[in-house]
Amino acid sequence: MGTNPEGRFGIHGGQYIPETLMNAVIELDEAYKKYKDDPTFNAELTDLFNNYAGRPSRLYYAEKMTKDLGGAKIYLKREDLNHTGAHKINNCLGQALLAKKMGKTRLIAETGAGQHGVATATVAALMGMECVVFMGKVDTERQALNVYKMKLLGADVVPVTDGTGTLKDAVSQAMREWSSRIADTHYCLGSVMGPHPFPTIVRDFQSVISKEIKQQLMEKEGKLPDAVIACVGGGSNAIGSFYHFIDDPSVQLIGCEAAGRGIDTPDTAATINTGRLGIFHGMKSYFCQNEYGQIAPVYSISAGLDYPGIGPEHAHLHDIGRAQYVPVTDEEAVCAFEYLSKTEGIIPAIESAHAVAYAMKIAPKMDKDKIIVITISGRGDKDCAAIARYRGQNLRDD
Amino acid sequence: MNRIADAFNKHKAFIAFITVGDPDLETTEKVVHAAVDNGADLIELGIPFSDPTAEGPVIMHADNVALSAGTTTDKVFALTEKLRGSIKIPLVYMTYANVVFSYGTEKFAEKAAAAGIDGIILPDVPYEEKDEFDSVFSRYGIDLISMIAPTSENRIAMIAKEAKGFLYMVSSLGVTGTRAKITTDIGAMTKVVKANTKIPCAVGFGISTPEQAAKMAACSDGAIVGSAIIKIIDQYGKDAAPHVGEYVKSMADAVHGVAAEG
Repeated sequence: MGTNPEGRFGIHGGQYIPETLMNAVIELDEAYKKYKDDPTFNAELTDLFNNYAGRPSRLYYAEKMTKDLGGAKIYLKREDLNHTGAHKINNCLGQALLAKKMGKTRLIAETGAGQHGVATATVAALMGMECVVFMGKVDTERQALNVYKMKLLGADVVPVTDGTGTLKDAVSQAMREWSSRIADTHYCLGSVMGPHPFPTIVRDFQSVISKEIKQQLMEKEGKLPDAVIACVGGGSNAIGSFYHFIDDPSVQLIGCEAAGRGIDTPDTAATINTGRLGIFHGMKSYFCQNEYGQIAPVYSISAGLDYPGIGPEHAHLHDIGRAQYVPVTDEEAVCAFEYLSKTEGIIPAIESAHAVAYAMKIAPKMDKDKIIVITISGRGDKDCAAIARYRGQNLRDD
Repeated sequence: MNRIADAFNKHKAFIAFITVGDPDLETTEKVVHAAVDNGADLIELGIPFSDPTAEGPVIMHADNVALSAGTTTDKVFALTEKLRGSIKIPLVYMTYANVVFSYGTEKFAEKAAAAGIDGIILPDVPYEEKDEFDSVFSRYGIDLISMIAPTSENRIAMIAKEAKGFLYMVSSLGVTGTRAKITTDIGAMTKVVKANTKIPCAVGFGISTPEQAAKMAACSDGAIVGSAIIKIIDQYGKDAAPHVGEYVKSMADAVHGVAAEG
């Protein structure tokens, strides 16, 4: 009796969901256990990773940035070069393949910035599945291009007007939708969050990132990195980047949270830095909330990091001190967005720019023989209009 | 405390759900009294939550209204105590895990018990997670109410065996809200429940008419209505109490009229 211990990361995780969904997550857990070590399943997934998504993604030595900052050697893990432009495709291919094996014909998903929605719509098109994506109304406005892409790919996009009209409301609505239609539908959750087994499944599919970093850096430098830096909303690209280094204590693991206008203001989404322990969206973890446990209306310039919680495994890595979680403001992220564009000719997603910003702070203070790997989780095309607006320029000509 | 068991003793039970603080605490007080005076056998008091993932648009809206009006858990405790002063039927909270956990489960249970609460429903706490809450609430004599859904199938017996107070049978897939038709075979679910526990079971989600309520009560021990009441409150605002009373009377009469062994 009691919580399935597999679903816990220290005190975090669990399955805090309505009874209506329990058999669905149990079915998913059983299917995942059956297929995760199945050679045919893994061969199919690897083929999709390599020939469809374009893996392995490059580990690029950012020489100009390294020289300019004058400290640690900087490598960029180029998840932005994946098909659909972000790490999200790794998880979607894995989950869609699993859903197909389970006999599901319909995928539903939540999306913040739209990257996970686009990736889900993409794999649904590829695998001939129906697709419905829930997206906060505010986000459909600031990420209009991704809305268009999802529709082009054949998905229905449902704008969610409840609450703050952002990612958390999209997750809530996707959960409500799943509880009303389970038999043919798989909820393709986009981050390492929600009830067990999602945090484990998503982490496993994203762990290809750290597996590749380890191999690629070994080939290039013959050693492990000194620090791995990634941005954290729910935390899927970060856990993917950290996972194969968790047992290498010499590797510093750093997650960059969206501080918005600052962690001393209410306009922030930095969960570890400003939140406290709670239970929401199926999991026990840290959440931004008021004294009565009402979930806080969080804010970040980045629609992908604009979430009041963090995945349970991150909460645990924080508790045990294995990873550190640092706040990065809108302004710092925008400066890093511009800096990487000018310095390396790489326009990063505004989410990834949070990781770049923190690397810019610490690299100059590190010795030249140290190595930092920054995960560029996605590309920044989708953010250009919003960043231009942030800088007081309107790109729309209508 | 046997108030919950008593509520099902005389006849089939009609259970009314009311979101506390929608549109304000004074109205809630009047509405609860109107429901009790007109035949409700048990009242579910909803403590509003910012992100109620098991609720449909009607109760979600009520939660938002209540929170915007400044409703807090402490104010809910105070109102409960006041209601308990004159109300003899069982009062049960319905809220979400974080409202309890964040307050401190122990402190919450202590205050709820002192205010006269008999049970608590946490829709995001399934069987697998219930011990964390039940171990505390049971020490304060508060029943953690378990839920059974149309998808529970092989889980019904397991849940029923450990159920306390009454069993909340979810009539349909999806979230709370009124439905034109309920297609789940409630009778079959009740059969499994009865084979595994002596505690009563009531059906909720989707019920709005006296006919539906009678039908659901006929194949269980009672009917639970939430969204239909909240809609009346939304329509009449501060003047909702007599309208809720009238509606509750029609529903309670229909449920009470169902023969005891249906």
